[in-house]
Amino acid sequence: MSESQPLSRLFEEKAKAVSAVVSKVTSLEQALAHAVDLCDKKDACQILVSGCELPLSATGEALCETKQQKILAAPGLEPKLFAKLKELAAERGILCIDTGMRQRLGGVDIAFTVADFGIAETGTLVFDSNSEEQRLATMIAEFHLAVLPVSKIREKSFDLEEELLALLQKSPSYTAFVTGASRTADIERVLALGVHGPLELHILLLED
Amino acid sequence: MQTAKDLKEYRAELREALDNEFLRQAMDKFAVAYRGSRAKAFAGMDLKGLIADVAQAKDGAAQRMDELLSEFTAKAEAAGVKVHVARTALEANEIIAAIAKENGVKKIVKSKSMTAEEIHLNDHLEGQGYEVTETDLGEWIIQLRHEGPTHMVMPAIHLSRNQVADLFSEVTGTKQEVDIQKLVKVARRELRRKFVEADMGISGGNFAIAETGTIALCTNEGNARLVTTLPRVHVALVGLDKLTPSINDALRVIKALPRNATGQAITSYVSWITGPGECQSSPDGKKEMHVVFLDNGRRALAKDPMFSQVLRCIRCGACANVCPVYRLVGGHQLGHIYIGAIGLILTYFYHGREKAKNLVQNCINCGACKAVCAGGIDLPKLIKEVHARIQDEEGHPLQSQLLGKVLKSRKLFHALLRSAKAVQKPITGGTPYLRHLPMIFAKDQNFRALPAIAETPFRDRFEALKPRVSSPKLRVALFSGCVQDFVYPEQAEAAVKILGKHNVDVSFPMDQSCCGLPVQMMGEREASRSVAEQNVRAFDPASCDYILTLCASCASHLKHGYPDILAGDPKLDVKVRQFADRVIDFSSFVHDVLKVQPEEFRKDGKKVTYHSPCHLCRGLHVTEAPRALMGIGGLEYIPAEEEDVCCGFGGTYSMKFPELSAELLKKKLANVEKTGAELLLTDCPGCIMQLRGGLEAKGSTVKVAHVAEALAERLK
Ligand code: SF4
Ligand code: SF4
Repeated sequence: MSESQPLSRLFEEKAKAVSAVVSKVTSLEQALAHAVDLCDKKDACQILVSGCELPLSATGEALCETKQQKILAAPGLEPKLFAKLKELAAERGILCIDTGMRQRLGGVDIAFTVADFGIAETGTLVFDSNSEEQRLATMIAEFHLAVLPVSKIREKSFDLEEELLALLQKSPSYTAFVTGASRTADIERVLALGVHGPLELHILLLED
Repeated sequence: MQTAKDLKEYRAELREALDNEFLRQAMDKFAVAYRGSRAKAFAGMDLKGLIADVAQAKDGAAQRMDELLSEFTAKAEAAGVKVHVARTALEANEIIAAIAKENGVKKIVKSKSMTAEEIHLNDHLEGQGYEVTETDLGEWIIQLRHEGPTHMVMPAIHLSRNQVADLFSEVTGTKQEVDIQKLVKVARRELRRKFVEADMGISGGNFAIAETGTIALCTNEGNARLVTTLPRVHVALVGLDKLTPSINDALRVIKALPRNATGQAITSYVSWITGPGECQSSPDGKKEMHVVFLDNGRRALAKDPMFSQVLRCIRCGACANVCPVYRLVGGHQLGHIYIGAIGLILTYFYHGREKAKNLVQNCINCGACKAVCAGGIDLPKLIKEVHARIQDEEGHPLQSQLLGKVLKSRKLFHALLRSAKAVQKPITGGTPYLRHLPMIFAKDQNFRALPAIAETPFRDRFEALKPRVSSPKLRVALFSGCVQDFVYPEQAEAAVKILGKHNVDVSFPMDQSCCGLPVQMMGEREASRSVAEQNVRAFDPASCDYILTLCASCASHLKHGYPDILAGDPKLDVKVRQFADRVIDFSSFVHDVLKVQPEEFRKDGKKVTYHSPCHLCRGLHVTEAPRALMGIGGLEYIPAEEEDVCCGFGGTYSMKFPELSAELLKKKLANVEKTGAELLLTDCPGCIMQLRGGLEAKGSTVKVAHVAEALAERLK
């Protein structure tokens, strides 16, 4: 733990620099509770997905109507943990799903994932995103909440070369580096978060 | 996009762009902000080393292009990808349209790809009845406006929030507020349904990694993830220059690309895709994936000894970000599809002479692009080469031919300058400026007063001035350049005075002529080569310790241009190397070699500021010496903003594009005046001509002098 501490501190600093929200947890169970809390507190006054309150074209509007309830998506989660999450979510009236993202393209509230690696230098999360459900969930969710085990943090991207090679050699494979929320500066170079993907990225550093 | 038929039409477009107040302000803000964020992003990193590594790796990949292509193809095909190679733009368009047809596609979503822009893919697909939607916000905006991009990374940088709000109001059929955050959300919703409906996704590719058969994509918005995930067919269109041997190479470029592009450490998303993965909307649950490699001249470029380096380009857009001309007129005027310095070159190769011929002349040769290029490409040199090639193909304009002819004969050139002195009398009004320019000139050129030819050129004064030194400590041969010889001989005179004091033997080889940069700039290679040769011969480099020049442009041309221009001539090989090795600029010589001391000068504490000539600070990497000299000479130096941004002179550039030259000068002088200094110093007679002329024209009291003059004047 002492060895990974400076790395996790560097990771935290760099992730925050790209507007990620970083917190610490000591167990996966705690992370689940955090996810449900976050979902519960999010947009307390409205269920609408982001942008649906604005004047849209008729077809744009239609997609907004697919979401009627708060939704927490956690594809790829171990069955036991998923069952636990579902239970916690149900207590707060939140729908918890791990499949069927294509039916939810209008948007979901939270995607809950566990990252495979972290790169401290840039505050980057690395995911084996081979599963379509996982990839979609982390794009259509308004908040992406990712658990990163501290032991999986490396300093530089080059320190992950071997692991990356192993991932990319699997065929087919889809690997993703995620650094901060989806962003654009295409209008007058003003930063806007959440153009296509999540509006917020939350990272839970798991001391393991 | 380039539509102008000739230089006249092009200039009219430039004037229009200059009048676009929003564009000007946006570009200014961007230029200043970019500089800061780039510096921050690379802080503490070995940037030079990184650029050299990127260059070397990219060069290596270009040389092994076909080998990497086979390796990639084998790996990708094993993973189930269909790999195509298109020799031309049309072939690529047809391949992609055929894929769409085979798969019964109707609607297509795209993520940003300059390669797709290069081949006008949207036009082709739309022509065949497909609905194509760009999903990168900036690309979508310009697609809706039926425009080309004005920046490779920020394609809609020329538009205001008001324009976007109007556009979105039209698209959604409801009035939109002028609020960027809200407009972005509207795009999020409107584009989401496009993703849902699409049956084919087209992406570009930042890398095609041979060792794994992987396509890698860098985006900030995340649209590429949706484009490559939701539709059942994925086509990646990739230039052959994006082939790279290993993951390691890709990681290295990723280290440089976002930092150089926008000052970000990394883009929000990097997606690495090997083979067609799971796809629930496909009948068999599996995606159909194609990689279309575009040649379109890349294979031939890889083999070109001079131009192969353009394949190092990683499309970061930095060469536009720092270009003073781009800053004034934006990407529609300084590019066709590819924008900025690299655009000036690629347009010729990918879109042809007609689109490139005006564009390529619009480079002031300030070197700012080369200084930031992530691939270390010698952009200004290649721009000049393209210009020269176009002239060779289309015929040289009379003016430049004439200048070439004149310069090739020193005697004729100098005779002309001497007779010009006689005819200028009626228009100088006895002042050192040309007062009454003929109307045809005056209209364009009245933003600055042009200097008169001096009474006696330096060469005629030299014998009398030559320091008589016994047992000299150094032998220096002076290269005056035309301007100091015939217009400002007093500057060279000042230098000689300082040198004499330091026991330096000075010689002035009489057969020296113009350094040749003006003809090089005009694409007259023949003349440029010929004067270079004459000068090398005139100096006989082994007979002196240094070749000193007070002109930054001459210095950098003599030092870096000559070995290049005269390369491959066995008779000159040694001499030109010896010549270049001896060339030194005035400030470096006086500060680093003579090591002048404060005791030698009368301190008067006059407030001065400095203009850093492009060819000194970027051409020769001299930045410290002149600034230190001001203190040593007893002056109080007050730094100005943007000291190292071009003054707009650029030799013949200011005659060809006077409006742009005037604008650059205006900015420069505003920064100078803001310092409150009484005196502006610099290291180049060309810059002095521009700066002094500009201050004179606006009636300012700020004086301009060469560093040498300021020092000589204060010698005890
Ligand atoms: S040399 Fe200067 S003017 Fe020419 S393209 Fe490069 S930055 Fe622009
Ligand atoms: S030429 Fe250099 S600076 Fe310009 S886009 Fe390419 S890599 Fe970037």
